[in-house]
Amino acid sequence: MMDKSLRGKVAIVGVADTEVGVLPGRTPMEMGVEAALAAIADAGLEKNDVDGLVTCNAMAQPMMYHAEATAEYLQIFPRYCIAAGAGGGTTFSIIHHAASAIATGMADVVVVAMADAMRSGLTRDQAMLVQASTGHPEFEQPYGPTVPAYYALIAQAHMAEFGTTQEQFASIAVACRAHAARNPAAQMRDLISVEDVLESRMIADPLHLLDCSLVSDGGSAIVLTSSERAADMKQTPIYLLGAGEGHSHEHISAARNLTTSAAKEAGQRAFEMSGLRPTDMDFAQLYDCFTPTVLVELEDLGFCNKGEGGAFVESGALLPGGSLPVNTHGGLLSHSHPGNPGSMFALTESVWQLRGEASGRQVAGSKNALVHAQGGIMSSHTALVLGTEAS
Amino acid sequence: MTTETPGKVLPQPSVLTEPYWEACRQGELTMQRCEGCQAYQFYPRTICSHCGGRDLAWSVVSGRGQIKSFTIVRRGISRAYEAPYVLALINLDEGPCMMSSLVGCDPDTVVVGARVTVAFESWSTDIEMPVFKLVKAS
Repeated sequence: MMDKSLRGKVAIVGVADTEVGVLPGRTPMEMGVEAALAAIADAGLEKNDVDGLVTCNAMAQPMMYHAEATAEYLQIFPRYCIAAGAGGGTTFSIIHHAASAIATGMADVVVVAMADAMRSGLTRDQAMLVQASTGHPEFEQPYGPTVPAYYALIAQAHMAEFGTTQEQFASIAVACRAHAARNPAAQMRDLISVEDVLESRMIADPLHLLDCSLVSDGGSAIVLTSSERAADMKQTPIYLLGAGEGHSHEHISAARNLTTSAAKEAGQRAFEMSGLRPTDMDFAQLYDCFTPTVLVELEDLGFCNKGEGGAFVESGALLPGGSLPVNTHGGLLSHSHPGNPGSMFALTESVWQLRGEASGRQVAGSKNALVHAQGGIMSSHTALVLGTEAS
Repeated sequence: MTTETPGKVLPQPSVLTEPYWEACRQGELTMQRCEGCQAYQFYPRTICSHCGGRDLAWSVVSGRGQIKSFTIVRRGISRAYEAPYVLALINLDEGPCMMSSLVGCDPDTVVVGARVTVAFESWSTDIEMPVFKLVKAS
């Protein structure tokens, strides 16, 4: 019988980020192509070696056939070519799909490239469209929900149920910034304190400005191939050991539960495939569009018990040198958040860490990591377990 | 009241949802209820999301419930929404959860679990918007 598990069958063999932050005048297509070519070069390959291409649409430059347009720009002619529907969790569900495409022979070398210009490239109408792109048009949007407000609903529910505090949420932003301070590529690098977070402007109670992620321009890409092919390539392969998804709702008013998310199923599925446990992870990159998501994810992914996320983050575990460094590049909160590509930077960072190439911020002796992304309003989750050993 | 509230996102009723908005115009909050399993559901659908049944009828609900969660929006989504305003998820006594606004209260007094009751605001000639008010402790 065919072994259906993806465990160890596919490896990441090339990674690259563009510069991130405020990059006026650079289109998402230009940044996506730059990242793709740099990732291909990092893998020691030529663009003509690529026979699979996955992209996501760019809000600042929407296209009907985004992946095809990217292939055309690059003048590559893949046999597997698709643009995924946008969303924070989609980034890693794409990796899940791309790995499956390699395992089933749809392609041998797949480039996943994403970029957007949320900071500099949106017209006023596009920015409004982004704000309105979440929320039920008939039964939610009329009440004026903002994106931070949706996540504030989750934070408030967690506070009411478990006694979680604003200080605890703030400590997540502090930890991400402490990591970013060690990463020259990060958009925001000045250290902040819990007091700084609490004194920043209230956006939607209990979320302050510094509980909210950045708005950025930037792009990132990876190259995936089979583990057999990866064995004699330029870079140390970083293997996909587990992948799992969970999808529970789209609209927050239809969520099964505000304080337990489908990250739970995503994590269980990914860990089960990998044969590893949360305690085996040397670091984790957790989706941090707003601080409460990280706290809920830590619980749902099994890094601490439900309701104990507040105490866990307050202990300093997430900081550089902590028991579970989280978002070692700085995360969406401090590295960059160019929209849908946001999680790609957590993935490239994980590869650099596992290769031992993260210089001033290296988590010593890293062998295994969990990366997680979510989309919608804690709706759609994908968890990936990465490691330096295929078996 | 026939004054248009400029700039607010107005619901665009469909054939399926028009009875909900018609009831709102009459000052009543209604939900779909399955004739098969008796469950209420929200938002409206062509199927019962509990049992898959197709026999759904509109039923007037109490308009009472409690706050599942809330936030005080300090930076409004547009100038049509004057901040601060309270956005809330309401667990209705009949079961369904809905998003709404909490009006007529000091935002800083709102807590999760507080009892609320429905009220209606005229947003246009066609739309009476269901919002909620805190039930005063007796």
